[in-house]
Amino acid sequence: MDQFTLNLLFVGASFALYIGIAIWARAGSTSEFYAAGRGVHPVTNGMATAADWMSAASFISMAGLIAFTGYDNSSFLMGWTGGYVLLALLLAPYLRKFGKFTVSEFIGDRFYSKTARMVAVICLLVASITYVIGQMQGVGIAFGRFLEIDAFWGLLIGACVVFAYAVFGGMKGVTYTQVAQYCVLITAYTIPAVFISLQLTGNPIPALGLFGEHSASGEPLLVKLDQIVTDLGFAEYTAAHGSTINMVLFTLSLMIGTAGLPHVIMRFFTVPRVSDARWSAGWTLVFIALLYLTAPAVGAMARLNISELMWPNGTDGEAVSVEQIETDPEYGWMETWQKTGLLGWEDKNGDGRIQYYNDANADLQARAAEKGWEGNELVNFNRDILVLANPEIASLPGWVIGLVAAGGLAAALSTAAGLLLAISSAVSHDLLKGQLTPNMSEKSELMAARISMAAAIVVAVILGLNPPGFAAQTVALAFGLAAASIFPALMMGIFSTRINNAGAVAGMLAGLLVTLLYIFLHKGWFFIPDTNSFTDADPLLGPIQSTSFGAVGAAVNFAVAYIVAGMTKETPQEIKDLVESVRVPRGAGVAVDGH
Amino acid sequence: MSAKSDPKAYWSANVRLILISLAIWALVSFGFGIILRPALSGITIGGADLGFWFAQQGSILVFLVLIFFYAWRMNRLDQQFGVDEE
Repeated sequence: MDQFTLNLLFVGASFALYIGIAIWARAGSTSEFYAAGRGVHPVTNGMATAADWMSAASFISMAGLIAFTGYDNSSFLMGWTGGYVLLALLLAPYLRKFGKFTVSEFIGDRFYSKTARMVAVICLLVASITYVIGQMQGVGIAFGRFLEIDAFWGLLIGACVVFAYAVFGGMKGVTYTQVAQYCVLITAYTIPAVFISLQLTGNPIPALGLFGEHSASGEPLLVKLDQIVTDLGFAEYTAAHGSTINMVLFTLSLMIGTAGLPHVIMRFFTVPRVSDARWSAGWTLVFIALLYLTAPAVGAMARLNISELMWPNGTDGEAVSVEQIETDPEYGWMETWQKTGLLGWEDKNGDGRIQYYNDANADLQARAAEKGWEGNELVNFNRDILVLANPEIASLPGWVIGLVAAGGLAAALSTAAGLLLAISSAVSHDLLKGQLTPNMSEKSELMAARISMAAAIVVAVILGLNPPGFAAQTVALAFGLAAASIFPALMMGIFSTRINNAGAVAGMLAGLLVTLLYIFLHKGWFFIPDTNSFTDADPLLGPIQSTSFGAVGAAVNFAVAYIVAGMTKETPQEIKDLVESVRVPRGAGVAVDGH
Repeated sequence: MSAKSDPKAYWSANVRLILISLAIWALVSFGFGIILRPALSGITIGGADLGFWFAQQGSILVFLVLIFFYAWRMNRLDQQFGVDEE
């Protein structure tokens, strides 16, 4: 059976599983759509939340970014897990006690203002749409590889599949489908990592293998890796190269962004009890950590494998020959990935070999001149292909490759569909029915939901054609926006009675706008290429890159909110009582829909 | 218990616990993983230094312990102050 059929089989079988579970679970209960987590054990809820949360950014993109940058991209690992501490300590139990279904409802009630609710909806929309762009990138790459076509066509086909998946709808609400998706994606991520860890270090646990011994050389794996990459003129893998301030702000932005994203917070509204909201955040992080502890091992080991494949005779010997790439099955992955346009090589000096090195490095330039090299010949290696190509790079069996394709699609599709549902309900439920046209019939509300879903996906595809970065970087921008707008409003709503309606509205608007402005100045207006005034290599404010600005935006939000609240009328007593009641678990009923 | 059903005392006990937990949260990630990494570079662990390990593994493990510790401690506080869900 060839690889294409095998991939089709795995992807097809996993989809059949999700649909089967959706149909089976649906027959039992129809009211599950909103209250997906009610009556569900915290462990199960944690697993479903983990599937909802881990997207193309975590599965497809993150390890690739770590592989090619090393230590500096540890921010993704700390940021996307550390946010759960904030969620568990600062938000989840109180929002559960409050007992409504959406984030904007909490903000609307706590700040006794329809304007606040509307602004919250707008913040959610901006963050969610940016997030969807990143997901569509991942979907495009996965479909491109899996159908062996250009990533552009992969993106278009992927968009149609995501749309159909999201309209099919209720699937997202069924917790058990997500549990199945979690199982598929964690198996798909872990199995190749275990194989590769065994090959390289003899240790079956990748997280331990990363700090273990490289069997072939007898040296520690990371020492070996540092040596190979520096031999090729690249920056040392384990060393810090970027600015410390930027790394701190970037990590912080990802953390507070995690605690400000609506589709994650929503899961904690519907657990049975306040104490379960606390446990549930912990279990979610357990299931996320299984992937996040493995990801740095995947990145480091893939980097080592790629370097060794390109230099099969060692970094002092001859590079791999073009003939070997074209005929040796060990290099078959390069041929298939070339078809997506995301991997490319070019024999610039015509010596029949492909030299992969850092041609910006002075030492290597001297060596290149001596040996007659004319620049790095592995001219294109998109970071986002690394995880999907990883089992092929390590020559693992065909079924593992099929499994990884299914896992990547599960991660990207579940989150993309979940976000589209969040966007459509924000537009139809919160914006149209809640504000503009309250007398809307249920039928036209549903129609508006579908239209806004279609509009969101079209916008995401258009913007996704010229993405502002690799998938995980695009998603990081979405986190920055959520960090600067939603998180401070929620936190102040619970921990400070001083913040009133005007303070919250001014804070959210200031945080959102200043962050959006900073991102557009660096990434181009609406991500249109060449409309940017600055680059992340040389940012406007010292070392602060656009992906790190969310933390600054959040600080602006807090400051503006306190200043404006200090100048305007005090919070009324009944709202202070509401805040007091949110702070104690006793008397938490079941969550109710506010309409 | 004397503290029973005193919402102010309950809330300040909670805030104190949050502050302690967040101090640890910041210490392992921003501290050991980033800012204090050079100071810890003498301690090696499997081919890298302790700061590298905290950035890629350690902080995640500490985050897990923190959340479960907080949940356990808070559920006990709820009972002590009589504000738990019946």
